[in-house]
Amino acid sequence: MTFTTLTRNVFDIKDLNLWYGEHHALKNINFPIIKKEVTAMIGPSGCGKSTFVKTLNLMINYVSNVKMTGEINFNGHNILNEKLDLVELRKKVGMVFQKGNPFPQSIYDNVAYGPRIHGIKKKKHLDEIVTKSLMNVALWDEVKDRLHAPALGLSGGQQQRLCIARALATKPEVLLMDEPTSALDPISTLKIEELILELKEKYTIVIVTHNMQQASRVSDKTAFFLMGELIELDETSKIFSNPRDERTEGYITGRFG
Amino acid sequence: MNTKTADRIATGVFYCIALIIIAILVSLFYYILVNGLKNISLDFLTTPSSNVRAGGGIRDQLFNSLYVLVITMVIAVPLGLGGGIYMAEYAKPGKITDTIRSCIEVLASLPSIVIGMFGLLMFVNLTGWGYTILGGALALTVFNLPVIVRVSEDAIRSVPRELKEASLALGITHWHTIKTVILPSAFPTILTGIILASGRVFGEAAALLFTAGLSTPRLDYANWNPFSATSPLNIFRPAETLAVHIWAVNTQGLIPDVEEVSSGAAAVLVLSVLIFNLLARWIGSLIHRKITATK
Repeated sequence: MTFTTLTRNVFDIKDLNLWYGEHHALKNINFPIIKKEVTAMIGPSGCGKSTFVKTLNLMINYVSNVKMTGEINFNGHNILNEKLDLVELRKKVGMVFQKGNPFPQSIYDNVAYGPRIHGIKKKKHLDEIVTKSLMNVALWDEVKDRLHAPALGLSGGQQQRLCIARALATKPEVLLMDEPTSALDPISTLKIEELILELKEKYTIVIVTHNMQQASRVSDKTAFFLMGELIELDETSKIFSNPRDERTEGYITGRFG
Repeated sequence: MNTKTADRIATGVFYCIALIIIAILVSLFYYILVNGLKNISLDFLTTPSSNVRAGGGIRDQLFNSLYVLVITMVIAVPLGLGGGIYMAEYAKPGKITDTIRSCIEVLASLPSIVIGMFGLLMFVNLTGWGYTILGGALALTVFNLPVIVRVSEDAIRSVPRELKEASLALGITHWHTIKTVILPSAFPTILTGIILASGRVFGEAAALLFTAGLSTPRLDYANWNPFSATSPLNIFRPAETLAVHIWAVNTQGLIPDVEEVSSGAAAVLVLSVLIFNLLARWIGSLIHRKITATK
Protein backbone atom coordinates (compact mmCIF):
# COMPACT_ATOMS: atom_id res chain seq x y z
CA MET A 1 0.00 0.00 0.00
CA THR A 2 2.79 2.40 0.84
CA PHE A 3 4.16 1.83 -2.62
CA THR A 4 0.97 3.03 -4.33
CA THR A 5 0.71 6.10 -2.15
CA LEU A 6 4.31 6.95 -2.98
CA THR A 7 3.77 6.79 -6.72
CA ARG A 8 0.57 8.78 -6.54
CA ASN A 9 2.38 11.67 -4.92
CA VAL A 10 4.26 13.82 -7.38
CA PHE A 11 5.47 16.05 -4.59
CA ASP A 12 5.84 15.15 -0.98
CA ILE A 13 6.79 18.05 1.22
CA LYS A 14 7.93 17.29 4.74
CA ASP A 15 8.56 19.76 7.58
CA LEU A 16 9.36 22.59 5.22
CA ASN A 17 10.44 25.80 6.91
CA LEU A 18 11.44 28.92 5.07
CA TRP A 19 12.86 32.23 6.24
CA TYR A 20 13.27 35.50 4.39
CA GLY A 21 16.08 36.89 6.51
CA GLU A 22 14.51 36.92 10.00
CA HIS A 23 10.96 36.53 8.79
CA HIS A 24 9.66 32.99 9.20
CA ALA A 25 7.52 32.75 6.07
CA LEU A 26 6.66 29.03 5.96
CA LYS A 27 6.24 27.04 9.14
CA ASN A 28 6.48 23.25 9.23
CA ILE A 29 4.60 22.55 6.04
CA ASN A 30 3.68 18.95 5.32
CA PHE A 31 2.03 18.67 1.97
CA PRO A 32 1.49 15.81 -0.47
CA ILE A 33 0.58 16.77 -4.02
CA ILE A 34 -1.20 14.02 -5.86
CA LYS A 35 -0.71 13.15 -9.49
CA LYS A 36 -3.22 14.54 -12.00
CA GLU A 37 -5.11 16.50 -9.44
CA VAL A 38 -5.66 20.21 -9.22
CA THR A 39 -4.53 21.58 -5.88
CA ALA A 40 -5.63 25.12 -5.07
CA MET A 41 -3.87 27.35 -2.53
CA ILE A 42 -5.98 29.96 -0.84
CA GLY A 43 -5.35 32.42 1.95
CA PRO A 44 -4.95 36.14 2.55
CA SER A 45 -2.08 38.13 1.00
CA GLY A 46 1.27 37.40 2.60
CA CYS A 47 0.18 34.04 4.00
CA GLY A 48 2.95 32.19 2.17
CA LYS A 49 0.98 30.47 -0.57
CA SER A 50 2.97 32.06 -3.42
CA THR A 51 6.22 31.46 -1.57
CA PHE A 52 5.26 27.82 -1.18
CA VAL A 53 4.55 27.43 -4.89
CA LYS A 54 7.88 29.05 -5.75
CA THR A 55 9.75 26.48 -3.69
CA LEU A 56 8.39 23.67 -5.86
CA ASN A 57 10.52 24.68 -8.87
CA LEU A 58 13.12 26.44 -6.73
CA MET A 59 12.38 29.82 -8.30
CA ILE A 60 12.67 30.91 -4.67
CA ASN A 61 16.45 30.66 -5.09
CA TYR A 62 16.42 34.00 -6.91
CA VAL A 63 15.10 35.83 -3.87
CA SER A 64 18.02 37.01 -1.79
CA ASN A 65 18.50 35.92 1.79
CA VAL A 66 16.27 32.85 1.75
CA LYS A 67 16.90 29.89 4.05
CA MET A 68 15.04 26.58 3.88
CA THR A 69 14.99 23.43 5.97
CA GLY A 70 13.00 20.21 5.52
CA GLU A 71 12.32 18.10 2.48
CA ILE A 72 10.70 18.72 -0.87
CA ASN A 73 10.49 15.33 -2.51
CA PHE A 74 9.77 15.42 -6.22
CA ASN A 75 9.20 11.92 -7.62
CA GLY A 76 11.13 10.56 -4.69
CA HIS A 77 14.10 12.93 -4.87
CA ASN A 78 14.61 15.61 -2.26
CA ILE A 79 15.26 18.70 -4.38
CA LEU A 80 16.57 20.63 -1.39
CA ASN A 81 19.34 18.21 -0.59
CA GLU A 82 20.30 16.35 -3.70
CA LYS A 83 22.57 18.05 -6.10
CA LEU A 84 20.07 18.29 -8.85
CA ASP A 85 19.89 19.76 -12.27
CA LEU A 86 17.69 22.85 -12.11
CA VAL A 87 17.19 22.57 -15.86
CA GLU A 88 15.72 19.07 -15.51
CA LEU A 89 13.54 20.08 -12.57
CA ARG A 90 12.08 23.08 -14.35
CA LYS A 91 11.48 21.15 -17.54
CA LYS A 92 9.28 18.85 -15.47
CA VAL A 93 7.74 21.54 -13.28
CA GLY A 94 6.47 24.35 -15.49
CA MET A 95 5.25 27.68 -14.18
CA VAL A 96 2.68 30.26 -15.23
CA PHE A 97 2.89 33.69 -13.67
CA GLN A 98 0.42 36.25 -12.42
CA LYS A 99 0.62 38.43 -15.47
CA GLY A 100 1.07 37.01 -18.95
CA ASN A 101 4.73 37.57 -19.70
CA PRO A 102 5.37 36.55 -23.30
CA PHE A 103 8.80 37.34 -24.69
CA PRO A 104 8.92 40.23 -27.15
CA GLN A 105 9.14 37.76 -30.01
CA SER A 106 6.70 36.10 -32.37
CA ILE A 107 3.97 33.75 -31.14
CA TYR A 108 5.77 30.81 -32.68
CA ASP A 109 9.13 31.69 -31.15
CA ASN A 110 7.56 32.07 -27.72
CA VAL A 111 6.24 28.52 -27.74
CA ALA A 112 9.31 27.10 -29.45
CA TYR A 113 11.67 28.89 -27.06
CA GLY A 114 11.97 26.17 -24.42
CA PRO A 115 12.17 23.13 -26.72
CA ARG A 116 14.61 24.93 -29.01
CA ILE A 117 17.06 25.69 -26.22
CA HIS A 118 16.59 22.23 -24.77
CA GLY A 119 17.97 20.90 -28.02
CA ILE A 120 15.17 20.36 -30.52
CA LYS A 121 16.43 21.74 -33.80
CA LYS A 122 14.33 20.12 -36.53
CA LYS A 123 11.75 22.51 -37.87
CA LYS A 124 9.20 19.79 -38.39
CA HIS A 125 9.47 18.62 -34.83
CA LEU A 126 9.25 22.20 -33.51
CA ASP A 127 6.22 22.90 -35.71
CA GLU A 128 4.56 19.86 -34.23
CA ILE A 129 5.26 20.93 -30.65
CA VAL A 130 4.07 24.49 -31.30
CA THR A 131 0.86 23.32 -32.95
CA LYS A 132 0.12 20.81 -30.23
CA SER A 133 0.87 23.20 -27.38
CA LEU A 134 -1.29 25.93 -28.90
CA MET A 135 -4.11 23.44 -29.48
CA ASN A 136 -3.80 22.30 -25.86
CA VAL A 137 -4.54 25.82 -24.66
CA ALA A 138 -7.29 26.37 -27.26
CA LEU A 139 -5.36 29.20 -28.86
CA TRP A 140 -4.54 27.49 -32.15
CA ASP A 141 -7.66 28.60 -34.05
CA GLU A 142 -7.18 32.19 -32.96
CA VAL A 143 -3.53 32.48 -33.98
CA LYS A 144 -2.84 29.85 -36.64
CA ASP A 145 -2.81 32.48 -39.39
CA ARG A 146 -0.40 34.77 -37.60
CA LEU A 147 2.11 32.54 -35.88
CA HIS A 148 4.90 34.89 -36.82
CA ALA A 149 3.17 38.02 -35.57
CA PRO A 150 4.44 39.56 -32.31
CA ALA A 151 3.12 37.89 -29.18
CA LEU A 152 2.67 41.25 -27.51
CA GLY A 153 -0.09 42.04 -30.02
CA LEU A 154 -2.36 39.43 -28.41
CA SER A 155 -5.01 40.29 -25.81
CA GLY A 156 -4.30 39.76 -22.11
CA GLY A 157 -6.21 36.47 -21.99
CA GLN A 158 -4.54 35.21 -25.14
CA GLN A 159 -1.13 36.18 -23.79
CA GLN A 160 -1.77 34.19 -20.62
CA ARG A 161 -2.86 31.16 -22.64
CA LEU A 162 0.24 31.58 -24.79
CA CYS A 163 2.34 31.51 -21.63
CA ILE A 164 0.62 28.28 -20.59
CA ALA A 165 1.36 26.87 -24.05
CA ARG A 166 4.98 27.95 -23.66
CA ALA A 167 5.18 26.11 -20.35
CA LEU A 168 3.53 23.00 -21.86
CA ALA A 169 5.96 22.94 -24.75
CA THR A 170 8.75 21.61 -22.55
CA LYS A 171 6.49 18.63 -21.66
CA PRO A 172 6.20 19.14 -17.90
CA GLU A 173 4.53 16.80 -15.44
CA VAL A 174 3.47 19.55 -13.09
CA LEU A 175 2.16 23.01 -13.86
CA LEU A 176 2.43 25.69 -11.19
CA MET A 177 0.08 28.64 -11.64
CA ASP A 178 0.59 31.71 -9.51
CA GLU A 179 -2.71 33.62 -9.64
CA PRO A 180 -2.97 33.07 -13.39
CA THR A 181 -6.22 34.97 -13.83
CA SER A 182 -5.80 37.88 -11.44
CA ALA A 183 -5.09 40.29 -14.31
CA LEU A 184 -7.79 38.99 -16.64
CA ASP A 185 -11.40 39.85 -17.41
CA PRO A 186 -14.19 37.36 -16.47
CA ILE A 187 -14.47 35.81 -19.93
CA SER A 188 -10.73 35.19 -20.24
CA THR A 189 -10.77 33.87 -16.69
CA LEU A 190 -13.50 31.41 -17.60
CA LYS A 191 -11.46 30.19 -20.57
CA ILE A 192 -8.40 29.61 -18.40
CA GLU A 193 -10.52 27.73 -15.87
CA GLU A 194 -11.97 25.48 -18.58
CA LEU A 195 -8.44 24.93 -19.73
CA ILE A 196 -7.31 23.89 -16.26
CA LEU A 197 -10.06 21.28 -16.12
CA GLU A 198 -8.90 19.88 -19.46
CA LEU A 199 -5.21 19.97 -18.62
CA LYS A 200 -5.91 17.99 -15.45
CA GLU A 201 -6.24 14.89 -17.61
CA LYS A 202 -2.55 14.96 -18.34
CA TYR A 203 -0.89 17.24 -15.83
CA THR A 204 -0.67 17.80 -12.12
CA ILE A 205 -1.68 21.38 -11.42
CA VAL A 206 -0.98 23.60 -8.44
CA ILE A 207 -2.83 26.90 -8.55
CA VAL A 208 -2.60 29.89 -6.23
CA THR A 209 -5.75 31.96 -6.25
CA HIS A 210 -7.39 34.81 -4.43
CA ASN A 211 -10.70 33.87 -5.86
CA MET A 212 -12.48 31.30 -3.73
CA GLN A 213 -15.11 30.55 -6.34
CA GLN A 214 -12.27 29.75 -8.69
CA ALA A 215 -10.73 27.35 -6.19
CA SER A 216 -14.06 25.59 -5.72
CA ARG A 217 -14.69 25.43 -9.48
CA VAL A 218 -11.38 24.01 -10.63
CA SER A 219 -9.66 22.15 -7.83
CA ASP A 220 -9.81 18.68 -6.32
CA LYS A 221 -7.90 19.63 -3.20
CA THR A 222 -7.76 22.97 -1.47
CA ALA A 223 -5.13 24.15 0.96
CA PHE A 224 -5.70 27.08 3.27
CA PHE A 225 -2.62 29.02 4.38
CA LEU A 226 -2.47 31.61 7.14
CA MET A 227 0.60 33.46 8.41
CA GLY A 228 2.97 30.89 6.96
CA GLU A 229 1.11 27.89 8.31
CA LEU A 230 -0.82 25.28 6.41
CA ILE A 231 -4.07 25.38 8.36
CA GLU A 232 -6.04 22.86 6.39
CA LEU A 233 -5.63 20.67 3.34
CA ASP A 234 -8.53 18.57 2.18
CA GLU A 235 -10.96 17.72 -0.59
CA THR A 236 -12.20 20.97 -2.06
CA SER A 237 -15.85 20.03 -1.47
CA LYS A 238 -15.09 19.39 2.16
CA ILE A 239 -13.16 22.63 2.68
CA PHE A 240 -15.99 24.68 1.26
CA SER A 241 -18.86 22.83 2.90
CA ASN A 242 -17.53 21.57 6.15
CA PRO A 243 -14.07 22.82 7.11
CA ARG A 244 -12.44 21.36 10.19
CA ASP A 245 -10.74 24.55 11.33
CA GLU A 246 -12.75 27.59 12.30
CA ARG A 247 -10.11 29.91 10.77
CA THR A 248 -10.73 28.24 7.40
CA GLU A 249 -14.42 28.73 7.83
CA GLY A 250 -13.86 32.36 8.81
CA TYR A 251 -11.83 32.97 5.68
CA ILE A 252 -14.07 31.26 3.16
CA THR A 253 -17.19 32.87 4.55
CA GLY A 254 -15.51 36.24 4.20
CA ARG A 255 -15.15 37.15 7.86
CA PHE A 256 -11.49 38.12 7.32
CA GLY A 257 -8.77 38.15 4.66
CA MET B 1 0.35 83.99 -6.70
CA ASN B 2 -2.03 81.11 -7.26
CA THR B 3 -1.05 77.68 -8.52
CA LYS B 4 -2.36 78.35 -12.03
CA THR B 5 -0.03 81.29 -12.54
CA ALA B 6 2.83 79.31 -11.06
CA ASP B 7 2.08 76.52 -13.50
CA ARG B 8 2.05 78.94 -16.41
CA ILE B 9 5.34 80.48 -15.35
CA ALA B 10 6.95 77.05 -14.94
CA THR B 11 5.77 76.02 -18.40
CA GLY B 12 7.15 79.27 -19.82
CA VAL B 13 10.51 78.81 -18.13
CA PHE B 14 10.91 75.28 -19.47
CA TYR B 15 9.96 76.38 -22.96
CA CYS B 16 12.61 79.11 -22.73
CA ILE B 17 15.27 76.65 -21.63
CA ALA B 18 14.37 74.34 -24.50
CA LEU B 19 14.54 77.26 -26.91
CA ILE B 20 17.97 78.30 -25.64
CA ILE B 21 19.30 74.78 -26.10
CA ILE B 22 17.89 74.55 -29.62
CA ALA B 23 19.22 78.01 -30.48
CA ILE B 24 22.73 77.10 -29.35
CA LEU B 25 22.64 73.87 -31.32
CA VAL B 26 21.24 75.44 -34.47
CA SER B 27 23.65 78.38 -34.46
CA LEU B 28 26.59 76.05 -33.87
CA PHE B 29 25.57 73.83 -36.76
CA TYR B 30 24.84 76.85 -38.91
CA TYR B 31 28.25 78.38 -38.21
CA ILE B 32 30.15 75.16 -38.81
CA LEU B 33 28.23 74.19 -41.94
CA VAL B 34 28.13 77.65 -43.56
CA ASN B 35 31.84 78.08 -43.05
CA GLY B 36 32.71 74.51 -43.80
CA LEU B 37 30.45 73.24 -46.58
CA LYS B 38 31.89 75.58 -49.19
CA ASN B 39 35.32 74.05 -48.55
CA ILE B 40 34.15 70.48 -48.90
CA SER B 41 34.51 68.92 -52.30
CA LEU B 42 35.29 65.46 -53.58
CA ASP B 43 38.81 66.73 -54.08
CA PHE B 44 39.08 67.83 -50.47
CA LEU B 45 37.97 64.41 -49.28
CA THR B 46 40.22 62.42 -51.59
CA THR B 47 43.57 64.22 -51.57
CA PRO B 48 46.15 63.78 -48.86
CA SER B 49 46.93 66.75 -46.66
CA SER B 50 49.78 69.07 -47.48
CA ASN B 51 52.35 70.39 -45.07
CA VAL B 52 53.26 73.68 -46.74
CA ARG B 53 51.28 74.30 -49.90
CA ALA B 54 47.61 75.24 -50.16
CA GLY B 55 44.98 72.86 -51.55
CA GLY B 56 45.64 69.86 -49.28
CA GLY B 57 42.76 67.53 -48.42
CA ILE B 58 41.87 65.30 -45.50
CA ARG B 59 41.76 61.87 -47.11
CA ASP B 60 44.10 60.13 -44.67
CA GLN B 61 42.74 61.93 -41.61
CA LEU B 62 39.18 60.94 -42.44
CA PHE B 63 40.21 57.34 -42.97
CA ASN B 64 42.28 57.37 -39.77
CA SER B 65 39.36 58.69 -37.74
CA LEU B 66 37.08 55.95 -39.00
CA TYR B 67 39.70 53.28 -38.57
CA VAL B 68 40.61 54.34 -35.03
CA LEU B 69 36.89 54.35 -34.22
CA VAL B 70 36.43 50.82 -35.54
CA ILE B 71 39.48 49.47 -33.69
CA THR B 72 38.41 51.21 -30.48
CA MET B 73 34.92 49.78 -30.68
CA VAL B 74 36.20 46.30 -31.49
CA ILE B 75 38.07 46.45 -28.18
CA ALA B 76 35.70 48.53 -26.07
CA VAL B 77 32.28 47.07 -26.94
CA PRO B 78 32.93 43.45 -25.91
CA LEU B 79 34.71 44.58 -22.75
CA GLY B 80 32.09 47.17 -21.88
CA LEU B 81 29.18 44.86 -22.61
CA GLY B 82 30.81 42.12 -20.56
CA GLY B 83 31.32 44.55 -17.70
CA GLY B 84 27.71 45.69 -17.94
CA ILE B 85 26.42 42.12 -17.91
CA TYR B 86 28.61 41.35 -14.91
CA MET B 87 27.45 44.41 -12.98
CA ALA B 88 23.77 43.85 -13.74
CA GLU B 89 23.48 40.07 -13.55
CA TYR B 90 26.35 38.54 -11.61
CA ALA B 91 27.78 41.09 -9.18
CA LYS B 92 26.46 40.48 -5.68
CA PRO B 93 25.49 43.66 -3.85
CA GLY B 94 28.23 44.53 -1.37
CA LYS B 95 31.47 46.39 -0.79
CA ILE B 96 33.35 44.95 -3.76
CA THR B 97 30.60 45.84 -6.21
CA ASP B 98 30.36 49.33 -4.74
CA THR B 99 34.11 49.77 -5.14
CA ILE B 100 33.97 48.62 -8.74
CA ARG B 101 31.12 51.02 -9.39
CA SER B 102 32.95 54.03 -7.96
CA CYS B 103 36.08 53.07 -9.93
CA ILE B 104 33.98 53.11 -13.10
CA GLU B 105 32.56 56.50 -12.20
CA VAL B 106 35.99 57.97 -11.49
CA LEU B 107 37.27 56.56 -14.77
CA ALA B 108 34.35 58.17 -16.60
CA SER B 109 35.18 61.59 -15.21
CA LEU B 110 38.92 61.59 -15.96
CA PRO B 111 39.95 64.42 -18.29
CA SER B 112 40.87 63.04 -21.70
CA ILE B 113 44.27 64.75 -21.70
CA VAL B 114 45.16 62.79 -18.57
CA ILE B 115 44.15 59.60 -20.33
CA GLY B 116 46.37 60.74 -23.19
CA MET B 117 49.32 61.04 -20.82
CA PHE B 118 48.54 57.64 -19.33
CA GLY B 119 48.37 56.26 -22.87
CA LEU B 120 51.77 57.76 -23.63
CA LEU B 121 53.28 55.97 -20.65
CA MET B 122 51.51 52.68 -21.17
CA PHE B 123 50.87 52.14 -24.86
CA VAL B 124 53.67 54.20 -26.37
CA ASN B 125 56.69 54.01 -24.05
CA LEU B 126 56.17 50.90 -21.94
CA THR B 127 55.20 48.74 -24.90
CA GLY B 128 57.79 50.39 -27.11
CA TRP B 129 55.31 50.66 -29.99
CA GLY B 130 55.77 54.37 -30.50
CA TYR B 131 52.77 56.31 -31.82
CA THR B 132 50.32 53.75 -33.16
CA ILE B 133 46.67 53.34 -34.06
CA LEU B 134 46.44 50.50 -31.55
CA GLY B 135 47.87 52.72 -28.80
CA GLY B 136 45.32 55.41 -29.67
CA ALA B 137 42.51 52.91 -29.72
CA LEU B 138 43.52 51.53 -26.32
CA ALA B 139 43.65 55.03 -24.83
CA LEU B 140 40.19 55.70 -26.25
CA THR B 141 39.01 52.38 -24.83
CA VAL B 142 40.06 53.51 -21.35
CA PHE B 143 38.15 56.69 -22.02
CA ASN B 144 34.97 54.96 -23.26
CA LEU B 145 34.79 51.76 -21.32
CA PRO B 146 33.03 53.29 -18.29
CA VAL B 147 30.34 54.81 -20.50
CA ILE B 148 29.62 51.53 -22.25
CA VAL B 149 29.66 49.55 -18.99
CA ARG B 150 27.24 51.99 -17.43
CA VAL B 151 24.88 52.09 -20.38
CA SER B 152 24.82 48.29 -20.73
CA GLU B 153 24.24 47.81 -17.02
CA ASP B 154 21.33 50.26 -16.97
CA ALA B 155 19.82 48.78 -20.12
CA ILE B 156 20.00 45.25 -18.74
CA ARG B 157 18.55 46.30 -15.39
CA SER B 158 15.57 47.91 -17.08
CA VAL B 159 14.50 44.66 -18.77
CA PRO B 160 11.30 43.58 -16.97
CA ARG B 161 11.93 41.02 -14.25
CA GLU B 162 8.99 38.92 -15.47
CA LEU B 163 10.73 38.13 -18.73
CA LYS B 164 13.79 36.85 -16.95
CA GLU B 165 11.67 34.78 -14.56
CA ALA B 166 9.65 33.32 -17.41
CA SER B 167 12.79 32.10 -19.07
CA LEU B 168 14.41 30.73 -15.91
CA ALA B 169 11.18 28.92 -15.01
CA LEU B 170 11.34 27.10 -18.34
CA GLY B 171 14.59 25.54 -17.20
CA ILE B 172 16.73 27.85 -19.29
CA THR B 173 20.15 28.54 -17.75
CA HIS B 174 21.12 32.00 -16.57
CA TRP B 175 23.58 32.55 -19.41
CA HIS B 176 21.12 31.39 -22.05
CA THR B 177 18.47 33.66 -20.56
CA ILE B 178 20.87 36.59 -20.79
CA LYS B 179 21.69 35.72 -24.38
CA THR B 180 18.22 35.02 -25.71
CA VAL B 181 15.90 37.19 -23.63
CA ILE B 182 17.73 39.92 -21.75
CA LEU B 183 20.25 41.16 -24.32
CA PRO B 184 17.75 41.34 -27.22
CA SER B 185 15.38 43.38 -25.03
CA ALA B 186 18.18 45.66 -23.88
CA PHE B 187 19.70 45.96 -27.32
CA PRO B 188 18.18 49.27 -28.52
CA THR B 189 19.28 51.11 -25.38
CA ILE B 190 22.76 49.60 -25.49
CA LEU B 191 23.07 50.56 -29.14
CA THR B 192 22.13 54.17 -28.43
CA GLY B 193 24.80 54.27 -25.72
CA ILE B 194 27.41 52.87 -28.06
CA ILE B 195 26.53 55.44 -30.71
CA LEU B 196 26.93 58.27 -28.23
CA ALA B 197 30.27 56.81 -27.19
CA SER B 198 31.28 56.56 -30.86
CA GLY B 199 30.54 60.24 -31.34
CA ARG B 200 32.88 61.03 -28.47
CA VAL B 201 35.59 58.76 -29.87
CA PHE B 202 35.28 60.24 -33.33
CA GLY B 203 35.65 63.79 -32.07
CA GLU B 204 38.32 63.09 -29.47
CA ALA B 205 41.66 64.84 -29.93
CA ALA B 206 43.41 65.21 -26.58
CA ALA B 207 43.69 61.52 -25.78
CA LEU B 208 45.13 60.84 -29.23
CA LEU B 209 47.81 63.55 -29.38
CA PHE B 210 50.34 61.46 -27.49
CA THR B 211 49.14 58.01 -28.48
CA ALA B 212 48.24 57.91 -32.17
CA GLY B 213 50.47 60.86 -32.99
CA LEU B 214 50.34 63.88 -35.24
CA SER B 215 51.51 62.35 -38.45
CA THR B 216 50.47 59.77 -40.99
CA PRO B 217 52.92 57.87 -43.15
CA ARG B 218 52.47 57.89 -46.91
CA LEU B 219 49.60 55.48 -47.42
CA ASP B 220 48.93 53.22 -50.34
CA TYR B 221 45.22 52.39 -50.36
CA ALA B 222 45.79 49.53 -52.76
CA ASN B 223 47.94 47.80 -50.18
CA TRP B 224 45.66 45.70 -48.02
CA ASN B 225 48.35 43.81 -46.18
CA PRO B 226 47.84 44.89 -42.56
CA PHE B 227 51.50 44.20 -41.73
CA SER B 228 52.94 46.47 -44.40
CA ALA B 229 54.18 49.90 -43.28
CA THR B 230 52.35 51.75 -46.05
CA SER B 231 49.06 49.90 -45.66
CA PRO B 232 46.22 51.99 -44.27
CA LEU B 233 45.09 48.90 -42.33
CA ASN B 234 48.34 48.57 -40.38
CA ILE B 235 47.48 49.14 -36.72
CA PHE B 236 51.10 49.73 -35.75
CA ARG B 237 51.49 52.95 -37.72
CA PRO B 238 51.00 56.48 -36.45
CA ALA B 239 47.73 58.09 -37.50
CA GLU B 240 46.57 61.67 -37.28
CA THR B 241 42.80 61.75 -36.97
CA LEU B 242 40.45 64.45 -38.20
CA ALA B 243 39.99 66.06 -34.81
CA VAL B 244 43.74 66.04 -34.16
CA HIS B 245 44.29 67.49 -37.65
CA ILE B 246 41.98 70.41 -36.92
CA TRP B 247 43.92 71.13 -33.76
CA ALA B 248 47.28 70.70 -35.52
CA VAL B 249 46.66 72.96 -38.52
CA ASN B 250 45.28 75.63 -36.25
CA THR B 251 48.17 75.62 -33.81
CA GLN B 252 51.18 74.73 -35.89
CA GLY B 253 50.05 74.65 -39.51
CA LEU B 254 52.32 76.22 -42.13
CA ILE B 255 49.80 76.03 -44.95
CA PRO B 256 48.29 79.30 -46.19
CA ASP B 257 44.75 77.90 -46.27
CA VAL B 258 44.51 76.95 -42.56
CA GLU B 259 41.10 78.60 -42.29
CA GLU B 260 39.59 76.66 -45.20
CA VAL B 261 41.07 73.30 -44.23
CA SER B 262 40.07 73.51 -40.60
CA SER B 263 36.54 74.70 -41.23
CA GLY B 264 36.06 72.10 -43.95
CA ALA B 265 37.41 69.38 -41.67
CA ALA B 266 35.18 70.58 -38.84
CA ALA B 267 32.12 70.31 -41.07
CA VAL B 268 33.11 66.82 -42.19
CA LEU B 269 33.55 65.81 -38.56
CA VAL B 270 30.15 67.09 -37.51
CA LEU B 271 28.39 65.60 -40.52
CA SER B 272 30.06 62.24 -39.99
CA VAL B 273 28.88 62.07 -36.40
CA LEU B 274 25.39 63.03 -37.56
CA ILE B 275 25.40 60.33 -40.22
CA PHE B 276 26.54 57.69 -37.71
CA ASN B 277 23.75 58.60 -35.38
CA LEU B 278 21.07 58.37 -38.01
CA LEU B 279 22.50 55.22 -39.54
CA ALA B 280 22.95 53.42 -36.25
CA ARG B 281 19.48 54.36 -35.11
CA TRP B 282 18.01 53.04 -38.32
CA ILE B 283 19.97 49.79 -38.14
CA GLY B 284 19.05 49.47 -34.47
CA SER B 285 15.34 49.72 -35.07
CA LEU B 286 15.66 47.32 -37.99
CA ILE B 287 17.35 44.69 -35.83
CA HIS B 288 14.94 45.31 -32.98
CA ARG B 289 11.98 44.78 -35.29
CA LYS B 290 13.51 41.60 -36.59
CA ILE B 291 14.04 40.20 -33.09
CA THR B 292 10.70 41.21 -31.63
CA ALA B 293 8.72 40.44 -34.78
CA THR B 294 6.95 43.81 -34.59
CA LYS B 295 5.94 45.56 -37.76
